[in-house]
Amino acid sequence: MRDVQQTLEMEAPAEARAEVGAQAPSLKMKARNVSVWYGVKKAVDNVSIDISTENVTAFIGPSGCGKSTFLRTLNRMNDTIPSARFEGLMELDGEDIYGSAMDVVQLRARVGMVFQKPNPFPKSIFENVAYGPRIHGLAKDRTELDEMVERSLKRAGLWDEVKDRLSESGTALSGGQQQRLCIARAIAVDPEVILMDEPASALDPIATARIEELIHELRGRYAIVIVTHNMQQAARVSQRTAFFHLGELIEYGETSQIFTNPGVPRTKDYITGRYG
Amino acid sequence: MRKRIARRYRSERRFRWVGFAAIATSVGFLAFLLITMMGNGLAGFVETRIAVAVDFPKSSLFLDPAALTGAGAQAALATADIEGAVAEAAIAQYGPDGADLVSEAAWLRVRDAIADDPDMLQGRKSFSLPVSGDLDLAAKGDAPPPVEARFAKLKADGSISRGFNLGFLTGSDATDPAAVGIWGAFKGSLLTMIVTIVLAFPIGVFSALYLEEYAPRNRWTDLIEVSINNLAAVPSIIFGLLGLAVFLNFMHLPRSAPIVGGLTLALMTMPVIVIAGRNAIKSVPPSVRDAALGVGASPVQVVFHHVLPLALPGILTGTIIGMARALGETAPLLMIGMRAFIATPPGGISEPATVLPVQIFLWSDEVSHGFIEKTSAAIIVLLVFLLAMNGLAIYLRNKFERTW
Repeated sequence: MRDVQQTLEMEAPAEARAEVGAQAPSLKMKARNVSVWYGVKKAVDNVSIDISTENVTAFIGPSGCGKSTFLRTLNRMNDTIPSARFEGLMELDGEDIYGSAMDVVQLRARVGMVFQKPNPFPKSIFENVAYGPRIHGLAKDRTELDEMVERSLKRAGLWDEVKDRLSESGTALSGGQQQRLCIARAIAVDPEVILMDEPASALDPIATARIEELIHELRGRYAIVIVTHNMQQAARVSQRTAFFHLGELIEYGETSQIFTNPGVPRTKDYITGRYG
Repeated sequence: MRKRIARRYRSERRFRWVGFAAIATSVGFLAFLLITMMGNGLAGFVETRIAVAVDFPKSSLFLDPAALTGAGAQAALATADIEGAVAEAAIAQYGPDGADLVSEAAWLRVRDAIADDPDMLQGRKSFSLPVSGDLDLAAKGDAPPPVEARFAKLKADGSISRGFNLGFLTGSDATDPAAVGIWGAFKGSLLTMIVTIVLAFPIGVFSALYLEEYAPRNRWTDLIEVSINNLAAVPSIIFGLLGLAVFLNFMHLPRSAPIVGGLTLALMTMPVIVIAGRNAIKSVPPSVRDAALGVGASPVQVVFHHVLPLALPGILTGTIIGMARALGETAPLLMIGMRAFIATPPGGISEPATVLPVQIFLWSDEVSHGFIEKTSAAIIVLLVFLLAMNGLAIYLRNKFERTW
């Protein structure tokens, strides 16, 4: 692990090196030489990437390319899979998140997550959003908790639709509303980074558009990383795009550049629909 | 093609009929059981009484009303020959065989009445006392002709009355079938069940949680899993022998006490709860766990805030199946001495007691004819207990159930 930076400069592909070199001041998360194994199978192979707060970062790539796995290493959700093994360096604001000083519970409060399938708790809408602040003790009293719930639901663009029925079950909402509720739940603990694992893949086009709009609104306040199968979606919502293939990071750069002028033939083949 | 479809419809119809027949058969058996039990047992809740007038001042009973108000009341009552006084009164009223008409335990009612109201000792008082076993059978038309004739005569005199047998619900075991009660066994069952659930539920649920949520998957946990599954299939009498060896012979806990019965039945019930609990926990969708972990809940919070509440209905169902089995269990309790003749209800979990199924077993083994209806009546009580327990479980399950 010593002198990762140097190793990286030597081994990383040219385009990745260019990225690492340009360290923006807003650098939020930094991954260096990250590999993940499931048992003996290598799911993520030596990935190095920088994530900033200003930009929405999209991970694209064919199924099974390791993009979701890599996303889950950003808040150590892979810890819940017994066979998963992590190697490399992952930093949040310069802190090693796999280091012994990092508490995984606190990490997940700072790096929130929205999942592919909307998964509200089978509790009331209010309780769904209030759960995070409650377990972290963020609200001093009920009034403050009420405010937090309202603010989070407003930011998630759900407030107007549910303000009269906060005590109804979160699972009774429509799919798109459920997903926005999950985003509100993630926002409620005021995270620094929000990870979204194909957040719109189970939704209809209108609900998808709503989520994409929301991502635009949240951009800048939180560092957002989104995994998507939908290349149009990546082009619409993100400023930076990373293309994964077979566990490797093939190309990482400005979204406009990746989609119009990819530097690697494999990226171009994928984007133009040769495989995927 | 058309023939194929017709065949498919036919097989579907056939399948539906087979299913319906299966249900109808089981319902039929259940109805048969209930009707037989009701037919035999309801008579057990009714008692035949005979009027006996006791003239206390003239009787051989030397009991001073003043002695019954102070601290020595119990002792005074215990030494007084109330039984003799009642027999005397019956003979005076009904002739030489009078004493045999009244139930052996009838004087206990007189004693209780005196304890409640000592002033009655100063005068003549008429009691309605349970009749002896023979006469009771005569009332139900099931006795030898001479007894039947005697009964008919008494009835014609207006000395006989019938009433709800409260003594059956409040009393304990006795040698005279007319005097037996179920309360002792009922309380014994209740205490045993409390011990069982207090031990088996938490241990079972925490074992299930640990095995599902925390235990590493390795050869040891596989071994534990296989052992638990086997434990659930072990015949119950083996648990009785285990209880005898460990709790009585090794730990020297009191014989035939609800605590030992409860411990033994807890051993038997626990694997059932563990298996049901693990299945219930397994069926909690992983997305809920992910969601909770994703907002920064610790593993313990995930378990207690989300997994356990969602698994609780399933766990409760399993617990009730286990408890129902434990409530009806006889064999292991015979091994630990709960088949003794216990004439007083247990005062606590360490006092000698018997339980409903064992009581039923004991009564069904009695030679006296009057025990037949008592056995059926006890079965009715056991079934009502069982239904009440299941009803409570269904209520709790619906209360905790959440819609998705």
